[in-house]
Amino acid sequence: MERNPMRRQLASMRKSLFDQGYLDEQFMELEQLLDDANPNFVEEVVTLYYRDSARLILNLDRALERRPLDFSKLDGLMHQFKGSSSSIGAKKVKAESTLFREYCKSGNAEGCMRTFQQLKKEYATLRKKLETYFQLARQIGPMESANRPK
Amino acid sequence: MRVERVISDENDSFPVGMRVLAVDDDPTCLLLLETLLTKCKYNVTTTSQAITALKMLRENKNKFDLVISDVHMPDMDGFKLLELVGLEMDLPVIMLSANGDTKLVMKGITHGACDYLLKPVRIEELQNIWQHVIRRKKFDRKDQDGSGSQDKPYIDSSEAAGLGNVDQNGKFNKKRKDQNEDEDEERDENGHDNEDLSTQKKPRVVWSVELHRKFVAAVNQLGVEKAVPKKILELMNVENLTRENVASHLQKFRLYLKRISCVANQQANMAAALGSVDSTHLRMGTMNGLGNFHTLAGPDQIHNAAFRSFQHSGVLRRLNTPAGVGISGLPSSGLVQLSPVQNLGNTSTYQRKLQSFVIPGNHNANILQGMPMSLEFDQLQNNRAASHVGQFPSVDNTTVLPVSSISGSLIDAGCSNSPLLGVTSNSLLLEGSSQLPTLHASNLRDSVSGFPNRSTLSDFTSIAPASNQLHGSKADIQDQAFPISCNAGKIISSAPQDWNAPKKDAPYQSNVPSCSINSLRAVNGDMAQLGQCLDQNNPIFNRNVGFDFVDPLSIKCSEGENLAMEPSVIEKEGYLMVQPSRQGIYIPDNEGENFAMEPSVIEKEGYLIVQPRRQGSYIPGNLGSLEDLASAMTKQDHDKGKPTDGDFGYNDYSLRTCI
Repeated sequence: MERNPMRRQLASMRKSLFDQGYLDEQFMELEQLLDDANPNFVEEVVTLYYRDSARLILNLDRALERRPLDFSKLDGLMHQFKGSSSSIGAKKVKAESTLFREYCKSGNAEGCMRTFQQLKKEYATLRKKLETYFQLARQIGPMESANRPK
Repeated sequence: MRVERVISDENDSFPVGMRVLAVDDDPTCLLLLETLLTKCKYNVTTTSQAITALKMLRENKNKFDLVISDVHMPDMDGFKLLELVGLEMDLPVIMLSANGDTKLVMKGITHGACDYLLKPVRIEELQNIWQHVIRRKKFDRKDQDGSGSQDKPYIDSSEAAGLGNVDQNGKFNKKRKDQNEDEDEERDENGHDNEDLSTQKKPRVVWSVELHRKFVAAVNQLGVEKAVPKKILELMNVENLTRENVASHLQKFRLYLKRISCVANQQANMAAALGSVDSTHLRMGTMNGLGNFHTLAGPDQIHNAAFRSFQHSGVLRRLNTPAGVGISGLPSSGLVQLSPVQNLGNTSTYQRKLQSFVIPGNHNANILQGMPMSLEFDQLQNNRAASHVGQFPSVDNTTVLPVSSISGSLIDAGCSNSPLLGVTSNSLLLEGSSQLPTLHASNLRDSVSGFPNRSTLSDFTSIAPASNQLHGSKADIQDQAFPISCNAGKIISSAPQDWNAPKKDAPYQSNVPSCSINSLRAVNGDMAQLGQCLDQNNPIFNRNVGFDFVDPLSIKCSEGENLAMEPSVIEKEGYLMVQPSRQGIYIPDNEGENFAMEPSVIEKEGYLIVQPRRQGSYIPGNLGSLEDLASAMTKQDHDKGKPTDGDFGYNDYSLRTCI
């Protein structure tokens, strides 16, 4: 069936996301929650994440423009961001957030800014990849999604 | 009986259908949590705001079995929510956070969390959370009497709005036969309720604000260290409350007090609820007696004097009684921290600190914020103790709590923020209950001589902490009282403006006022006159009239404004409220802050709420002399003739009693 190659493609896409460290086991946990009642659960959560975290990113950007930097505020914002990111299994993004917080704690402004740029990159990359992934998944159909290999 | 409970399938197929309330400001996490919980077959309700969660919980205590809450939330600190829930509803609370620092986890434990999960949370972890519900029930049951038969739900339900709900509580506790609504209302059964209960299963008791207030009052009366469950039970005279219920609650309360007092101790400033202008919480550390006075005296010489004299006053001693002067009650959120009296000395900070003394329990963290409270207090207090009240400004959720919980610290409520006084009882409760309880009881007792009838404890929570704080702060208050009196009006009117809101939370406010009042008394020396003023007010305080804390008269504590304190102490509901009536007494504080505080102490619900009323009068003569203040106050009093309740048993403690 024509679905097979698509499914294969989906599976390999998924695998590479894990292998390349974009996603971690938490994402698998989300997938396990997929069922008939929530066929698009993962996509929903990810969408929500991107919507909500956009706000945090914006706040972080603004906070990083101020001089002098308010590290505790930055740390607080990043803490929230990290929490969200870890909930969807965004591994690289989460790692950058952790690094960012370290810099905050040590008061390293340059480190913070650098890390934040990197974080935004990872964040955007993941988003694109996931969007592609979900698009393909939708094409294949919900059932397929639910049966994705774990 | 709770009908709802009956149908709940909880009993039948627990944990299936267990009702969980999930609170997290992060929508992603919340959605995830909700899905996970649903997957575990629990009945999930979610909200992204702690305040909403509290409201939901308060509306119907029996509606939920378990609460899961994030630690880091914008409207209220998760720990604060935790405390409040634990105190008021006695539900198991699980904390959730992306941060797994040992310190945080420890904090969760000390605040009473039954578990601490790390984000991202896994479904496996959630599958077992029902154990906390069972455990608590069993424990409660055992606690109560060992008759465990009943299952949960009853207990929580008491919509205990206050003692009024005793019946309901009684139902649960049901000493006699099964829980029927018609549990006798007789209160006198208290004493032997315990005994009867043994055979019946006792539903879990819900410690409503009212109930808690009563509890604190009783504890204060007995003396925090000497309070024993049996006696407390007798004093409380609540039906269907078993000794075991009281015992376990007392234990929690003591822990709470201890916690606060530790914090408080660190705070040198014991702003006796005067509500320091600063947002710093009034920290009333254990009042080691007037020790703090000295510190308070700091900036203000007068104050010092006051304090000094204060020290001598026996009142201070009282303050010390409470176990550790838990007044620091507010500590949890840091809002109201009653720093040990000794700390009072921190003059500079003190002054500011006072404000928050009475931290309005309101969950509106803002409560305190607005309150400059304790304008005067600050000066006097110097202690950060005022955190309670003062806290408001810094109130960010946490503050809210302090107020309520800090019953003791309320005193500082100098800030009109009602929140302080009224401090969402929750906060106070939390604060108070845990630690203050002991203190509280004694404090209350001490402080409010006339407190005997503490009305329902509903506000207790708020009061309790306040009381404790008061208690603890008694010492502080004493010291602080000076400031208060000096401030003439600084009286802890933390009458938080938001009092209205917090009303239900328990007029934390009273706490504040009481503090001031006491301190006023303490001021025997210089403030003699002031004390008089206060005395007049005190009588009011002493009354344990459940006062409904009137919305704090817009305590306008504003820094830099003349402190208009009208000491009128109205004792309501057992709260000693000093209400500065009209005229603001301007108590120039050395720091040059003039708080426009109209301390009107309204005793609500047993809380001493000082509500600073309009501002305006400037008390001539620098505060340098308390006498001025005192006289000013006296005059006011005379003029006003306020004290609503005449019987202030004005005693040294009377002021304090708010809580």
